[in-house]
Formats: sequence, C-alpha cells, structure tokens
Amino acid sequence: MTDTQWSTWEVFHQTKRGDPHEHVGSVHAPDPQMALQLARDQFARRLKCSSLWVVRTSDIVMTDYQDPTFFAQTTDKSYRDPKAFDAPEKRHP
Amino acid sequence: MAEMSEAARLTDFEARIDRGEKIEPGDWMPDAYRQNLIRMISQHAHSEIVGQLPEGKWIPYAPGFRRKLTLIAKVQDEAGHGQLLYAAAESLGKTREAMMDELLSGKAKYANVFNYPTPHWADVGVIGWLVDTAAVINQTMLAQSSYGPYGRAMRRICYEESFHIKQGYDAVLAMARGTAAQRLAAQEAIDRWWYPTLMMSGPPDSMSTHSRLALRWRIKTKSNEQVRQEFVDHIVPQIRALGLTVPDADCAFDAATGHHRYTQPDWEELKRVVSGHGPCNQERLAVRRKAHEEGRWVREALQVAS
Repeated sequence: MTDTQWSTWEVFHQTKRGDPHEHVGSVHAPDPQMALQLARDQFARRLKCSSLWVVRTSDIVMTDYQDPTFFAQTTDKSYRDPKAFDAPEKRHP
Repeated sequence: MAEMSEAARLTDFEARIDRGEKIEPGDWMPDAYRQNLIRMISQHAHSEIVGQLPEGKWIPYAPGFRRKLTLIAKVQDEAGHGQLLYAAAESLGKTREAMMDELLSGKAKYANVFNYPTPHWADVGVIGWLVDTAAVINQTMLAQSSYGPYGRAMRRICYEESFHIKQGYDAVLAMARGTAAQRLAAQEAIDRWWYPTLMMSGPPDSMSTHSRLALRWRIKTKSNEQVRQEFVDHIVPQIRALGLTVPDADCAFDAATGHHRYTQPDWEELKRVVSGHGPCNQERLAVRRKAHEEGRWVREALQVAS
C-alpha cells in the first residue's frame, strides 16, 4: 500500500517580529510550499505566529553528540568572561 | 568513539539516562530502545488518528453552534497530535507510509477506548472529561521521557488536551445541572466509559511485557498502576461533586493508603479490544481505509507537482 515516500521538514517558529525562530518540530510533506502550509496548521493553529521557516531535514548539517572533542576547550578561555576581571564597574572617585 | 564496544556504549547510554539527559535522534541507542519507542509512539499516533472518529461523528449533531465549533477544534487537535507523534516516530527512522500501512492492515494496535461506540451526546462530554484526563495524566508523565522528540511532542499535546478536558467537563456539567433525563444520560455515559478508561493505562505491570525496559530506560517514568491510581484519585471526587456515581460499589477512599480502592477492569476484555475484536474495531478501520483511498489522488497529485 506504500504509495509515496515524502521528506520530513524541520519547522522553526517565530512568535513575533524580532524574536528568534525556534525549532518546534517537523512535518511530512512532498515540497516546501506544502510543508509551510502543514507547519501553519500544526504549529500556528492557536498561539501567535509571525513567521515560519521549514528546512528539509536531510539538508541540516549537525555536530555529533558522540564526539565530545568538537566543543572541547583546550586552553584557559576565562579571559573571555567579564566575571574573570576584578576591575570595579564604576570609576574610582 | 567508533571503537567503543557494544557493552561500553550501553553502559554509557544508561549512565546518560540515569543523569536525566535526553536522547536525541542522532545518538547511539540500543536497538531495543529504538524499537520500544517506535512501537509506543506509533501506537500513540494511531490512537490520536482513530480517536477523531468516535467524537467526530457528533459534529453535525452538537447542541448549539459554540459546542459544534469547540468539537471541530478538538477533533482537529487530535489529527494534529497524530501528526506530531508520527513525526516523533519518523525521527527514529520509521517511515510515515510504513506506519500508515500497519494501521490500515490491522497489524498496529491503538488505544482500546476508541473501539467503543458513542451512542449519545453525553459520550462526547465524558470522553473529553474522563478519557482525556486519563490521557493527560499519562502524557504529563511521558513529557519527562528520556527521548527528546517524544517529550517535546507531549508538552505541546498536554497544553492542548487541557482544553479538551475543560470542554468535556463543561458539557457534562450542563447535563448534570439539567433535567432528570439529562442527568440520567450523563450517568449512563459514565457507566459506559468507566472501565474502558481504567483499562486505557494498560495492564497491571505484572502482565505488561514492555514495562520493565520502558521504565529502566525512562521512556516512561511511572508504571501503569501508578498512572491508573492517579487518575482514579483525581476523577472520583470530581464525579461525585457533580452528584453523579462511580459505577463501582467498592470504590472508596482508603485513609490508610491515601488512595481510592477500585475494582480492576476485565483484562481479558482489554486484550480482545486491542487485538481487533472490540465493538467498533472493524468500523473504525473501514473509515480510515476509505479516507486513505479517497485521498490517494491528492497524494499522487502533490507528488507529481513537487
């Protein structure tokens, strides 16, 4: 009975202009326009939405959770952190 | 980490589960974890899809425009929940088409409750109130699932289900405050749905073949018995507050345990109903097959156009 084999599309939802688009889930659709329509019906049927993005799942390039070395910090990077400095915020009188 | 042995991978995986980490689609996972999730999530998806039918039947006859709009929205939500769950199962490598085939061929199981008839409007109210309360208790637990996409789908679904419970309770409340005939209809619906709803949380853990692994890997975090007890403790006072009766003479609050005692449903009936031999299984699948066939040209047209 299997008659189609559609792609999945990852859906990114923006609540209002200026907000980031956040990943909310995926839909199953034959093309990007249909994916957008299904994403609207699925993820924007109640709450406010100003914009949706869909991206074919197979087009997403991702890091590997199994590879801890990718994000490893080999040297001390504390100098990048404001909390690492003792200098007072306010100027001395 | 490709050189890790299978045993080391399993130890690492279980340590992650024990730390409360979420497992994501690309992660290594034991095959039994993947298969258990595919089975649970696809059954859950099928339940949402078939779950549209017992109530959908009442859309043309809903008493009043507001209740009609509400019921349409609720049934649309069920379709949406099915889609969210199919998407979560797809993230494990199972195709939508394979799941659909399993449902339509009768191979797949789905929730027992949707194989019972809805002869009265009161059934719509009682399904929203009782069945969806039991569903939300189960789904709130599943929102904590160790599999990230399942938990996230559950959180979205629970938010919408809370509206389903409220509208069902409101419909029953209207009948409980109505004429003697309306109160009787509400009571009869409760009588019809009480035991099927108790069965919905699944067989006792001693009879459940999948519970042990599902708990160990935190696919679910509570046993069937715990979920059922939570439902009974929650719903019995609500039913009585409306002046209605729980159809179980032995159902009573036990101060020693802090829980309600209740009579176990007929577990043989549950087995029959989920294995295709309930009162409405054939009717439900016939409707789904017809919809699938009649929608074929749409799928084919979309395929050609894309």
